[in-house]
Amino acid sequence: MATRTLRVDAIARVEGEGALDLDIRDGRVASARLRIFEPPRFFEAILRGRGHEEAPDIAARICGICPIAYQMSAVHAIEQAFGARVEGPLRQLRRLIYCGEWIESHALHIVLLHAPDFLGFEDGIRMARDHGDRVRAGLALKKAGNEIMRVLGGREIHPVNVRPGGFHRVPTRAELEPLATQLVEARAHAVDLLRWVATFPFPEFERDYEFVGLRHPDEYPFNEGRLVSNRGIDIDIADFDREFEERQVEYSTALQAVTRRGGAYLVGPLARYALNFDRLPASIQDLSRDCGLGPVCRNPFRSIIVRSIEAVYACEEALRIIQDYEPPELAAVPLTPRAGTGYGCTEAPRGICWHRYEFEADGTIRAARIVPPTSQNQASIEADMAAIATSLLDRPDEILRERCEQGIRNHDPCISCATHFLTLNVHRK
Amino acid sequence: MRNRPHLAVWKFASCDGCQLSLLDCEDELLALTEAIEIAHFTEATRTSLPGPYDLSLVEGSITTPVDAERILEVRRQSKVLVTIGACATAGGIQALRNAGNMQDIVAAVYPSPQYIRALATSTPISAHVPVDFELRGCPINKAQLLEVISAFLAGRKPVIPSYSVCIECKRRSNVCVMVQGIPCLGPITHAGCGAICPAYRRGCYGCFGPMESPNAAGLTREWQARGASSLQIKRVLRSFNAAAEAFQAESLKHGD
Repeated sequence: MATRTLRVDAIARVEGEGALDLDIRDGRVASARLRIFEPPRFFEAILRGRGHEEAPDIAARICGICPIAYQMSAVHAIEQAFGARVEGPLRQLRRLIYCGEWIESHALHIVLLHAPDFLGFEDGIRMARDHGDRVRAGLALKKAGNEIMRVLGGREIHPVNVRPGGFHRVPTRAELEPLATQLVEARAHAVDLLRWVATFPFPEFERDYEFVGLRHPDEYPFNEGRLVSNRGIDIDIADFDREFEERQVEYSTALQAVTRRGGAYLVGPLARYALNFDRLPASIQDLSRDCGLGPVCRNPFRSIIVRSIEAVYACEEALRIIQDYEPPELAAVPLTPRAGTGYGCTEAPRGICWHRYEFEADGTIRAARIVPPTSQNQASIEADMAAIATSLLDRPDEILRERCEQGIRNHDPCISCATHFLTLNVHRK
Repeated sequence: MRNRPHLAVWKFASCDGCQLSLLDCEDELLALTEAIEIAHFTEATRTSLPGPYDLSLVEGSITTPVDAERILEVRRQSKVLVTIGACATAGGIQALRNAGNMQDIVAAVYPSPQYIRALATSTPISAHVPVDFELRGCPINKAQLLEVISAFLAGRKPVIPSYSVCIECKRRSNVCVMVQGIPCLGPITHAGCGAICPAYRRGCYGCFGPMESPNAAGLTREWQARGASSLQIKRVLRSFNAAAEAFQAESLKHGD
């Protein structure tokens, strides 16, 4: 049998720039390689020697789609190193702004990036010609998420209000109240979208993932929790290196995070949902069941349903926080820098974003390490590609290519985030 | 038959935030796409139509040999080329490496530095090809982006004021944070953000880069008079627009 080499030279509708090489030899998939040609930007080196108070603004610039994830992981790491705790309304406001990021990011992915795959469109804008109401509902949902970011953070992309210890200025109740009206509508849009995407034609495809995510004693996780998996990992976030390692793979020169037992793992909505289904309110669990989703979903194509569930949840959670909000006396807990190490791990829309910082006595950053969600998902995405290709071996290249592209988009990869991606260095036998 | 102008969006070294601003125009996006054809925009569509393009929006800075070649082709294919954001316009935060030792920087991040094929500098698009307009900001302001697109499609100059953030602050009726003792880059920073930092009780950190003819020395003297250290001044000038000439020159006066 002939050798087939399939290439997708630019993966569309993902954040950042990547490509896929698939080698098929003698009727089997020899390799599936996710190549990244995103130029490295050296954030860990840039952070060295900077003041701790600059970390949230600098780290945010890793990703324009999920800046809050970077800001939150950074501020938690700083506070841990300096022995401070942020509780009460400030903690709730952090959760609120994170809801905003989940809503805008999930809505973008559900409607503009992912849904077109299931309905046979090149993009969300062309899809709008036949499904205008759905696209408009998705944009309204996205706008509501962005509005939270704007009110609480000052702007949607790279918000300016987050600082170690809390915020520069906290909102009044009157400033938050208009958001509630918008969020009630947004929740209705999210439920409509959920019911719509649940009717999409999904390929019969499941993978036995090791799911990794945060788990909190009583919340669906955003900012805090232990790092757990469905295969027995249950650690403090500071022990990340005990269970996981970043390794360099020969062909792609990208650092990929794997478990110490050598396995690919998955972070993001599928993982969060499977690990924390029991932390969702009963009403959201019922919605899931209505849409044919059990407490665990192993079909990555159906991640669009899980993202929609999380969007509904984020709208409800944001509404709850706004309703309960009483402004705190201080906009930020005072911090006293000291030498030490701090860890932060929070749930970006795409999965856990892990940070570690070492500080000098005056709070200057001595070293920084950042493990973004997409570098953790790379190995699983490649395994998905191999499995998808194996199931479609007898189909024409174009079908295979489209399905693989879709398979990558299933995980909403953010390649700009993955500061660890290096230049292409392909070896072929 | 080409009845709508063709728009292309290109990415170089960046965070994707500025091109996302286009998709963040939730209220205008569908109307906009009735007026223009999105011919190339990898983040948003699988479609990629061949050039030439009536308007190219370029995000990101040039940091690799491959990208230094690619921008030449983008320019050749574009009737009008507009850079969007601090990376494309000033080299971005990744331009901080321009002053450092590249080997040290690479080794701080990667275990096998030999695989890195990056240039020692991060440079703005204008260092490589002629640019028709530069839109500032880290990130850009989406209302300004719509103005730029509308202006170029109408064949007029975009109305983007080049005065300082102070003017926007006055317009927003913010209380001046400098008066409250908070160091602020607003007096020398290009307008466009709407003075959000002072509105949130923090000093401007210069994410739109220097305004036209800034008095940077005068401002840093004011900062020092209010107790700011050289380190503090140096750091704030060396962020998202570190390689913009006025910020770079002033920061060098406060240390290497």
